[in-house]
Amino acid sequence: MSGTRVAGGVAIDRSHRLDFRWAGKQYRGFAGDTLASALLADGVRLFGRSFKYHRPRGLIAAGLDEPNAIVQIERGAATIPNLKAPYIELYDQLDAQPVNAWPSLGFDLMAVNGLFKRFIPAAFYYKTFMWPNWLLFEPLIRKAAGLGRAPQERDPDLYSQTSAHCDVLVVGGGIAGLAAALAAGRRGERVILATGGALWGGRLAGSDQLVEGQPATDWIAHTLAELDTLPNVLRRNRMLATGHYDQGLVALCERMTDHLPIDARIGPRQRLWHVRAGQVILATGAFERPLVFANNDLPGVMLAGAATAYLHRYGVLVGQNIVVATNNDSGWHAAMSLAQGGARIAAIVDARPSPATSLLAAAEALDITVRCGTAPEKAVGGKQVRAVDVARLDAASRLTGRTERLVCDTLLMSGGWNPAVHLHSQAGGALRLDPAQHSFMPAALPGSPSIGAAAGDFAIKTSLAAARGTEFVPVSTPIRPLWSLARTAEPDPLAWVDFQNDVTAADVALAARENFRSVEHLKRYTTLGMASDQGKTSNVNGIGILSQFLGRPMEAIGTTRFRPPYDPTTIGVFAGHRIGDGLAPRRRLALDAWHVAAGAKLEEYGGWMRPVAYLQEGETEAQAVAREVIAVRTRVGLFEASPLGKIEVKGPDAARFLDRIYVNTISTLKDGRCRYGVMLDENGTIFDDGVVTRLADDHFLVGTTSGHASAIAEILEEWLQCEWVDLRVLVQDVTTCWAVLTVAGPKARDVLQTLEGTIDWSASAFPHMQHRAGLIAGMNARVARVSFSGELSYEVSVPWRQADRLGERLTAAGAVHGLTPFGIEALMTMRIEKGFLHVGSETDGTTQPQDVGFAAVLANKKSDFVGRRSTRRPDSLRGDRRQLVGVAVDGPLPVEPGAHVVTPGREDAIGSEGWITSSAWSPTIGAPVALAMVNGGAARMGETVKIWDLGTWRKGRIVPPCRYDPDGSRLNG
Amino acid sequence: MLLIDCPWCGPRSEREFRCGGESHIVRPETPDAVDDAAWADYLFYRHNTKGVSFERWLHRFGCGRWFNVARATTDHRLAAVYGMTDPRPELEDGR
Repeated sequence: MSGTRVAGGVAIDRSHRLDFRWAGKQYRGFAGDTLASALLADGVRLFGRSFKYHRPRGLIAAGLDEPNAIVQIERGAATIPNLKAPYIELYDQLDAQPVNAWPSLGFDLMAVNGLFKRFIPAAFYYKTFMWPNWLLFEPLIRKAAGLGRAPQERDPDLYSQTSAHCDVLVVGGGIAGLAAALAAGRRGERVILATGGALWGGRLAGSDQLVEGQPATDWIAHTLAELDTLPNVLRRNRMLATGHYDQGLVALCERMTDHLPIDARIGPRQRLWHVRAGQVILATGAFERPLVFANNDLPGVMLAGAATAYLHRYGVLVGQNIVVATNNDSGWHAAMSLAQGGARIAAIVDARPSPATSLLAAAEALDITVRCGTAPEKAVGGKQVRAVDVARLDAASRLTGRTERLVCDTLLMSGGWNPAVHLHSQAGGALRLDPAQHSFMPAALPGSPSIGAAAGDFAIKTSLAAARGTEFVPVSTPIRPLWSLARTAEPDPLAWVDFQNDVTAADVALAARENFRSVEHLKRYTTLGMASDQGKTSNVNGIGILSQFLGRPMEAIGTTRFRPPYDPTTIGVFAGHRIGDGLAPRRRLALDAWHVAAGAKLEEYGGWMRPVAYLQEGETEAQAVAREVIAVRTRVGLFEASPLGKIEVKGPDAARFLDRIYVNTISTLKDGRCRYGVMLDENGTIFDDGVVTRLADDHFLVGTTSGHASAIAEILEEWLQCEWVDLRVLVQDVTTCWAVLTVAGPKARDVLQTLEGTIDWSASAFPHMQHRAGLIAGMNARVARVSFSGELSYEVSVPWRQADRLGERLTAAGAVHGLTPFGIEALMTMRIEKGFLHVGSETDGTTQPQDVGFAAVLANKKSDFVGRRSTRRPDSLRGDRRQLVGVAVDGPLPVEPGAHVVTPGREDAIGSEGWITSSAWSPTIGAPVALAMVNGGAARMGETVKIWDLGTWRKGRIVPPCRYDPDGSRLNG
Repeated sequence: MLLIDCPWCGPRSEREFRCGGESHIVRPETPDAVDDAAWADYLFYRHNTKGVSFERWLHRFGCGRWFNVARATTDHRLAAVYGMTDPRPELEDGR
């Protein structure tokens, strides 16, 4: 016999039946059931196959400490692997399957692994790396080991995130948590009370144990009712605290729709809460320890507290003929509750020689057989437990003497309780070993007290006192520690410590023998505690066994580090809305709609959606780029340059400041003039380049590369605020205040001259590298005559919202000149033809100004600037540094950027002399053009090189970077 | 995640800030006059303290101001928040 439904069960609604599927078969349960309770009530014992050996496994726990009953629910995109059956709330038409059984749960071919167990002990995988051959074993291991299957489709669910602040956050909805929340609520504090499961009341949910004179169920109901009258208290169930961080920050995951039938789910599936609390009260309860004896993994062997929970919460009796094995009082209480619920208690087996007389009297009154100073040696049975062999314990806690067989259908175990110290420890709280409970207890942590079972306090009266902050004297009933139950010092090879990862007591001993004695090494070597339950049932037993084996006290061994999350958490809830287009805002150009209408192919450049090229009917991208380049070179083109960084620098010390920022001297710049400048970081590395304009004596406009403006503005601020605090300078990033349209080409002046306004466009009045402010068609405009294309070129800026008007005027005025919109690719082609530097293409984290043609500027400047000293290190002065050159490539096709430049004759050696940094087909020259950084390149003009390009050799010649209009007559025209 | 008491905006979440590394690093008055070792010391060598670390932080998504924070690297306790030009505070458990 196995589990059945009996009377009681505070969680379930017997008037509401639910249909669900498990392992392909149809079952029924009640509203309020979990998958585990409904299956137990239906007599199901076998819930899964173990990770490595495919041993049959049943439920052992009633919460998220469950290591065995790991299931996969639903199918297709909605499937979710590796959920714990006791933590899945039943809903109508739930479809659940076991995870590690093949071909079926009842008949598992991989169970043969169990027969080879002695050949695959702890660290088997690591050892096969060394000998004989990992590749031989890998396919078998990969097929055999594992849990659920990840969904192949995109996650269809929505997730949300929120933040909250409160005076007191209470984590845990047991009586200690409820009492603490009520006490704080009555004081008028802002309180958030969260419990991970659906039910309130923790271990006492559904129990008739008396709490302050009333049955626990009533006490819980009354407390909840009063909490709900307090407007300053927010309480949430299904909200699990997963991480406890610095200064009162707790992350909680709220499951909003997981408990609902699929077609009733509306809105986000889960919500991540960031709660910042003045005080975090941890009432997280405790986990019961299994006992470690041979075959303790047989289905039907469970934790005693779990059996009580199934009875009180769901009206499910886990068995009819039960043996309880314990080393503490709680096992006795479980036995009494189950006897009251209708089970026959075959025996209570207590490791302690003389339990309290009150317990003995209670057992006698119920006519229960009691064995003291005794412990289980072996569970007997095939696919479920049929009996347990017990034997007496000697003074050293070794089994000794005659074996007694106790027939049963269920064996409950209680090896003591481990406070759930995870959140306490995550926040930096220390742990101490309690000498009576043989558990790790939370030491005092300012701002985050632990109360109730989480503090190792299992008594109602003292837990409530702690919750209310009143004085109390702690009580402690000592237990007899039991770590590995065996007749010798050698643990039994079938005594399981970590059920989910199939780690036995013998594996722990093996690790210790092989000198993996640190608890962190033990964990990695055996995988103890590395499963999805992170060792909630296994860690302390593992430490106890290691301690026993090494003869070192447990406190000297310590625990492994507790890290968030407390329980596996979906990645979706951490991502929240930040997926797809929600990841980062797409920035649109001022004339976005106009570009699209003109046929632009848009791509993202530094967060901006910008035209690559404007494709006409039947045109390839390369053809479009070539057409745009020719249009600019022969007539006139229009380019939107709005993302160009624009930073205003103003103040009496602005010129002095910029002298310290740029490699160039800025203070000598006259009003209305522009200068191309390069900025370094303190390592001498080129950081940014652009045109700086003097608008007035104390007012500059600093141009940066597109997408870099906010970073540069931030750096300028840092220098002003942290280093040169005496300088009177104001910095403001105005990039998105001004839309910029570049008009470039020999006809650029002709187009602009037709617009009414106050700017004199004539070559003598407005030369290259100058700036004018004035009115264009009634708009306030700033115009810089600068050129990245190498043609006569004007960058016209108007207030962002007036860009449409400027665009309309320019296209109208340009029509007779064949004004052609051009994209990034055409611009890049033209700047490569001109040999203009593009920071990030030609430069990397080692490039200094002298490498890219700024040696003279560097040498001429007398005053200090950021990074100058670093350009004078011995390494910076080497003559063979990589330097910017052009490469004329033979043949009709361009080479790929990144292709290596090699001296002929050194092809077979590691002969790279540098690499191609930019490359394009030049429609202007009718040949490929390329820029490269080559060792000592400036002195190698005319040299023939070979280029290793995607697996083929190309030939080329080192030439000056500028291939078009080297004397600049066109851009000066 | 730290709760940082910005001198201008009050306590705000760490996600609004950027840490700029160790503070009170003195840039040589005349960099040309110092030798390579001294320059390297300025550029690269940091205390990496176990204990109270004196750092500069920027309230990047707030007031945009830099200020100094004394942060204990072992337990993330913020021992002091002070102005950019203020001297390093004398802390009881400081270095």
